[in-house]
Amino acid sequence: MRVAVLKGGSSLERQVSLRSAARVEDALASLGHEVAPIDADSDLVRSLKELRPDVAFIALHGPGGEDGTPQELLEILGVPYTGPGVAACIRCMDKVLAKHLLREAGVPTPDWVAFNSTAFRELGAADALEEIEARLGYPLVVKPAAQGSSLGVRFAASRDGVPEALVSALSYDDRVLLERHVPGRELAVSVLDGDPLPIVEARPKEEDRFNYEARYEIGRTEYICPADLPDDVAADVRDAASRTYSALGCTGFARVDLMLDTDGRPDVLEANAIPGLTDTSLFPMAADAAGIGFEELVSRIIELAVERRGAAEASRT
Amino acid sequence: MTRIAQESAAEALQYGPTEGFDETKAAVRMVMEAEGMSPEPEDIIVTTGGQQALDLIAKTLVDPGDVVVCEAPTYPGAVPVFCSYEAETHQVPMDDDGMRVDQLEELCERLASEGRKPKFIYSVPSFQNPAGVTLSLERRRRLVELAHMREILVIEDNPYGLLRYEGEAQAPLYQLDGGDYVIYVGTLSKILSPGIRIGWAVAPPPVMEKIALGKQATDLCTSTLSQYFALEYFGEGRWRDYIGSLREIYRSRRDAMLEALDRHFPPQATWTRPHGGLFVWATLPDYIDTSDLLAKALRENVAFVPGAAAYVDGRRGSNSMRLNFSASTADEIREGVRRIGAVLSEQVQLYETITSEHRLPQPAQREPSGDVVPFRAPRGEA
Ligand SMILES: Nc1ncnc2c1ncn2[C@@H]1O[C@H](COP(=O)(O)OP(=O)(O)O)[C@@H](O)[C@H]1O
Ligand SMILES: Cc1ncc(COP(=O)(O)O)c(C=O)c1O
Ligand SMILES: [Mg+2]
Repeated sequence: MRVAVLKGGSSLERQVSLRSAARVEDALASLGHEVAPIDADSDLVRSLKELRPDVAFIALHGPGGEDGTPQELLEILGVPYTGPGVAACIRCMDKVLAKHLLREAGVPTPDWVAFNSTAFRELGAADALEEIEARLGYPLVVKPAAQGSSLGVRFAASRDGVPEALVSALSYDDRVLLERHVPGRELAVSVLDGDPLPIVEARPKEEDRFNYEARYEIGRTEYICPADLPDDVAADVRDAASRTYSALGCTGFARVDLMLDTDGRPDVLEANAIPGLTDTSLFPMAADAAGIGFEELVSRIIELAVERRGAAEASRT
Repeated sequence: MTRIAQESAAEALQYGPTEGFDETKAAVRMVMEAEGMSPEPEDIIVTTGGQQALDLIAKTLVDPGDVVVCEAPTYPGAVPVFCSYEAETHQVPMDDDGMRVDQLEELCERLASEGRKPKFIYSVPSFQNPAGVTLSLERRRRLVELAHMREILVIEDNPYGLLRYEGEAQAPLYQLDGGDYVIYVGTLSKILSPGIRIGWAVAPPPVMEKIALGKQATDLCTSTLSQYFALEYFGEGRWRDYIGSLREIYRSRRDAMLEALDRHFPPQATWTRPHGGLFVWATLPDYIDTSDLLAKALRENVAFVPGAAAYVDGRRGSNSMRLNFSASTADEIREGVRRIGAVLSEQVQLYETITSEHRLPQPAQREPSGDVVPFRAPRGEA
């Protein structure tokens, strides 16, 4: 098959994307596919029209990559693509929307409030801080609604730290969440075609939280896969992940990030429509623990993309 | 290039001496003479950029846990060097006259009371990267005195000394010291081109021997092709004119940047006014994190280096930024500074709105939302 690998783009996660793509390209080549890497720039649509690939592997991360944009373009061009569809991407990229959907579906997610910068600039939202802290407590997690890789995620230890954290988070997106901090263990469950893969626990070695550097520098974080959890807890965690996957309408795959609170209850933070595929990424690690090597994973992902397209066409005729 | 290929192909494609060709050393001496220094050829080693010289010096001198002292902020490229040899790095603050040598003395005194002594003091005395400031002559003298009194080596890293746009040249530390305690690092990167990767170190014989051994282990010799290329350039005899033209260009770009900063940066920001080199260092209110601000600036297609990279702990300096005025035209600089100023002002206003207890409606000052950037009258004119 001729496979276009969409990579790069202009998001802050460009470097991560290039690393994901490099690995995917190698795998596709050894699987015997014709690989056509495409940097997602202003020539994207033209390149796709010329190339007429059988399928597009989307190895883009962050806004502009997993927010439904390239997915929409591929839909209109009639090119099957990997990962979740347009609507699911939109739901995953927007943490506020995703959390509303989770809450409606009864999936546990930490309590939050969300505002855009206009609320602060024009409606005096900061005056509600007293009520917010009464409800959510400290430390308070402040994060941009649409961003990934922990960029712009800040913890405010007390009221004094809130304005600074808001200014940081609002540098990445016009909308921010203030979220209840969940102390506990950091888990990630990758879901492949609706089935949760083994749970990964991430333990940062130095930093007290899982930040951008810790995430992409080898050796900065210790990963345990499968995570060492009692059976019933692991079952709850997997269940929360599957329900998140369906509540957000994902297809193909997605990675659900959650915290396991100190009482052993999962609390879903977010779902990533296009999880990283780099050497330190959690999705390939989980697949590996399930006995699915990287090449096989890539091959499954491609199959799912083609099947989904086939199903969509069948339902239309 | 063509001429090198025709006339010296055989030599240019072979290994050369580890310390560099005699002719390259002569060129190095010529460049250093332009700043009043005349090193002995046997004290010079040609390296793959000044960066390799720094690495070799640290490799030669530093054992894990040794103390190294540098400026705060320091050259961001030196941070991974000191870290990789596991130095305990102390950073001494600077002001408009460069490193606070009085604080350096206090630090040395404190260390001495613990029975410790820095392996070396690393300084970029002229038009420092990233701060843009220059060590005053008086402090240069005191620094050299301190080195002699306490018998501490000083690494003088001087890529920008010849790029002065105003004021009098300052004597290099190497010249003041006579080469006893000062190890000098130079490069052609800023006066010819960084791509040819030619730098050098000047060090007294015992240190030089070790550096040469290290060099041998690392890459045997600096690219002979690059050395030939550099010699060709110096042979043409126009290098002084070329630096002269660089000075003209960079001076006008610096002026454009300083003017644009006055115009577009909010009054809460301060910045240095360099007399040479390539960089302006801006300090913002402490609630602004420049790595976050960079994300916002990148959406406007402008960039700067967040200040934290210039600190060994990676935490300090998070409210500062390095601006480079060498690589864009004056118009591009003005536009870039305008855009950074706009995103910065937006964040400053947001912070003030969030923190103010009495937010009175101020319709005249309210910024339009979206991508429209309001015109800001230059300070003093409004
Ligand atoms: N409510 C929270 N409680 C505790 N830690 C959190 C919370 N929200 C985020 N974090 C920490 O920040 C990291 C990034 O947050 P996340 O919501 O997953 O955003 P991103 O899209 O940047 O990955 C998480 O992996 C976790 O370590
Ligand atoms: C202070 C300083 N030292 C060393 C270098 C390294 O230069 P090179 O390795 O290109 O000679 C630079 C380059 O920016 C610098 O600013
Ligand atoms: Mg996450």
